Amino acid sequence: MLLTLCSKPLQALGNINVFDIYDRMEKENIMLSFKGFLSEDLLDSILKVIEEKLTYFQAEAKTKKKVYNVLAECLQNLYHHSKTEGMQEEQSIIVMVVNHKGGYSVITGNMISTDHVEILQQRIRQINAMDSEELTTMYRKVLNNGTYSSKGGGGLGIIDIARRSGEKLDYGFVPVDEFNSFFSLNVKILN
Amino acid sequence: MNMEDVRIEGTPKTPAILLIGGTGNLEISGRSIPENSVEFYTKVLAWLDIYSAKPASKTIMDVKLEYFNTSSSKCLLDVFKKLETLQKKGFEVQIRWFYEEDDEDMLEAGEDYDSIIDLKFDMCVMEI
Repeated sequence: MLLTLCSKPLQALGNINVFDIYDRMEKENIMLSFKGFLSEDLLDSILKVIEEKLTYFQAEAKTKKKVYNVLAECLQNLYHHSKTEGMQEEQSIIVMVVNHKGGYSVITGNMISTDHVEILQQRIRQINAMDSEELTTMYRKVLNNGTYSSKGGGGLGIIDIARRSGEKLDYGFVPVDEFNSFFSLNVKILN
Repeated sequence: MNMEDVRIEGTPKTPAILLIGGTGNLEISGRSIPENSVEFYTKVLAWLDIYSAKPASKTIMDVKLEYFNTSSSKCLLDVFKKLETLQKKGFEVQIRWFYEEDDEDMLEAGEDYDSIIDLKFDMCVMEI
């Protein structure tokens, strides 16, 4: 009955079935999802929303801090990268925070130049091959000696994310057109 | 030259800063997650340069951070490096690194600096 009532406005939206999207997000326990251009204000708002939600869901203090930190680091990576590296115009990104049984996932996706796929892939493989002790050693080395861009990154972000997560980074690349690929990253934070 | 104390209020993304030249009490607290940390920490580093010319006999820096991003981590390292130089000149410097009891990441972050910087880092559990 409810669905029949809803069918009219849904049809008005063309092929997009809002209920399907809602239902999927509900079933997958997606706490937050955003797709679009990332501005500084928006970045702040997303962090604020997730902090409130984590409190609402009564996440353990330790887990809450990890999720917040990882999300902040991911968003800042996306924010800086969406404006650089030969992209013609600002690219829209996607970010999701999922609350699953064992913990949380911070998932991001963004367009990158296909030229950068290999180097990024190598870097993540290298990080995934390390145990926590090796990650600590690498973090300290990069912190102390690493080249540092004015934006502050210098490659420390992804090591920091991997350290906090303690799990292997899930990632993927999808070729989109001649020059661009879609890069996705799933950072797991277990309870 | 008389140096002025620095008191900066914290914001959701930048820490509260207290730099008291006369007593050598320095404190960074709150959150440090600005997109551009270099810009924020320039003032702290500049103050430390002036302070280093005529420091208190003992300098204590309290670091009570809830969150900090990797962009801030390099700036913090620069702050500690200045204090390390001060100690090399013969002045006593102590860092008190505060962390919440179950926050292993923050404790590890303190240990990271302790391993890089030749200063005494005291790890202190923060009362909430």
